[in-house]
Amino acid sequence: MPEVLKAPLVVEFPFTRSLGPVQSAFLTGLREQVVLGVRAGDGRVLVPPVEYDPVTAEEIRDLVEVAATGTVTTWAWNHAPRRGQPLAGPFAWVLVRLDGAGTGLLHVLDAPGPDAVHTGMRVRIRWAEERTGAITDIACFEPYDGVPGQLTGSNGEFEGERVTGIVAPARLDYTYSPGRAQSAYIAALSTQRTVGERCPSCRKVYVPPRGACPTCGVPTAEQIEVGPRGTVTTFCIVNIKARNLDIEVPYVYAHIALDGADLALHGRIGGIPYDQVRMGLRVEPVWTEGARYPDHYRPTGEPDADYDAYKELL
Amino acid sequence: MTREESSGVRDVAVVAFAQTDVLRTTDELSEVEMLMPVLHSVLDRTGLKTADIGFTCSGSSDYLAGRAFSFTLALDGVGAWPPIAESHVEMDGAWALYEAWTKLLTGDADTALVYAYGKSSPGSVRDVLTRQLDPYYVAPLWPDSVALAALQARALIDAGDTDEPALAAIGARSRRVATLNSRAQLRGSVPQGEYVVRPLRTGDCPPVGDGAAAVILAAGERARELCSRPAWIRGIDHRIEAHALGVRDLTDSPSTRLAAQKAGVFERPVDTAELHAPFSSQEVVLRKALRLDDSVRVNLSGGPLAANPMMAAGLVRIGEAAARIHRGESDRALAHATSGPCLQQNLVAVLEGEPR
Repeated sequence: MPEVLKAPLVVEFPFTRSLGPVQSAFLTGLREQVVLGVRAGDGRVLVPPVEYDPVTAEEIRDLVEVAATGTVTTWAWNHAPRRGQPLAGPFAWVLVRLDGAGTGLLHVLDAPGPDAVHTGMRVRIRWAEERTGAITDIACFEPYDGVPGQLTGSNGEFEGERVTGIVAPARLDYTYSPGRAQSAYIAALSTQRTVGERCPSCRKVYVPPRGACPTCGVPTAEQIEVGPRGTVTTFCIVNIKARNLDIEVPYVYAHIALDGADLALHGRIGGIPYDQVRMGLRVEPVWTEGARYPDHYRPTGEPDADYDAYKELL
Repeated sequence: MTREESSGVRDVAVVAFAQTDVLRTTDELSEVEMLMPVLHSVLDRTGLKTADIGFTCSGSSDYLAGRAFSFTLALDGVGAWPPIAESHVEMDGAWALYEAWTKLLTGDADTALVYAYGKSSPGSVRDVLTRQLDPYYVAPLWPDSVALAALQARALIDAGDTDEPALAAIGARSRRVATLNSRAQLRGSVPQGEYVVRPLRTGDCPPVGDGAAAVILAAGERARELCSRPAWIRGIDHRIEAHALGVRDLTDSPSTRLAAQKAGVFERPVDTAELHAPFSSQEVVLRKALRLDDSVRVNLSGGPLAANPMMAAGLVRIGEAAARIHRGESDRALAHATSGPCLQQNLVAVLEGEPR
């Protein structure tokens, strides 16, 4: 059995999110070093604030300023920070009930070690130097022995533009493995061969193979080399140029049933004017130097295949 | 809800269960290749063929796979041609089972195939799970799943509900009983290890592993034909709590208690419980919420501290509880599944075997 392939796979996206009126006020406030909560139906002040009451689901809009000082309600010591977390060195995760708030805010506490942290300890916000209207405008919390912080008297209105959205970049790293069947398919392509797998039950040959027959729901294992020649079963003419694609339009994108396969692959048709491509056209792959799959398919010059020969593969 | 509340409807039972070995990595297998043996196993046990199944429902997550619509590829293992009635939840398979149960109650189907799978090995599951958090206030801080569980564990210790030695004992007991479960990933004596995020040590955390599970449900007489001792679902319910951790009392799980009440757990004692508590500290919370005393056998399979295949571990709890009833080792069992940080969402089912 050939070696199972592996490759790095990075999934990365800058999630752009719009804010509702309460979230907008809260994050605009952080930019201005003001912390706002919202009063819930049971009288509690929720910090961070939400737009709907967690108990009654009623819409809530009553903004209340709370202090930048507070009390740790629970904590956990993180000796090995991970990518994206607020501090690069060891820190404590904390839930902090800010003075005036009835709920806990999740953030991190900069402390020399776990012995310096305890539930009930007093802390205050350390503001980030550059603030944009995001939860990370709070750089972290720090131990604080002084009196409760003073309120600014904010009513939730600020000079300058309101923060109406955030961009939250997200990145996850994977090591992708396509499994046994697809690894064998990719390995064969590297020698310009195409292999499928035959279902032991219905005898159909699947290309590319995924290790299972989708009709019978049983594993496939018997490798079958198919092609290289095949028949166009259906096609379309592409008139819009895709970004980053170096192919002149119009061109033909087709389904191609390789000889011996019971499933059509797809590919581009070249070597023939686009308006002369037809169902039943016999084609063969054209490989470019060092490519890992055929660049396109071109006519073989054989007579067209009879419709009955490929109608089951449409 | 309990069967009595949905009066006039049919009885539904778990009639077959299968699971894979849970392994740290399964590079050589695609998801569908990992899944197929358990699908065939439950079908073989009942003598059913794919074409006989009335409804199929699955649970999995694109974020674990790192690919969009990843569940569609797994459908190859089911045999989805000719067309079948099928659905998917982007959750643990326990919630897929709930959907299948409601489908059978409607009378639209007499049998259902429920399956779930997850490969955590391609990515970092601690980081992947941050993506289920509040995207405005929490996810930008990247608090990983162990960190959030550690906040809950500290709250329990501060409240006097447990301490670090008691937590270690939960992990040790789970892995000791798992020696009788050949599918489990961690079995026998495992060092409690260093702190991952204090106060949780390696031994308080679930192993990261790949695995799959499948269950067949059947209604009424069909269940009796397919299984000599069906595990009747007497009640099943799921509840959710506020998303923000700071709003919740982390030492309690009112959603579990409410789901259990609605499922009828408290009407009569259970003899067995399979709890989906990925962290040792969460078993403390669940035992309290479910009022389980020492007369109840908890997680004889080893539970999630011995094997925790993401998206399948909750379905495995229902399957393990049902299998004990099938074998005559339990008469009334509780199964619990969870999802989200610090037991945010909880599903509770009560399974019963008929008197022997």
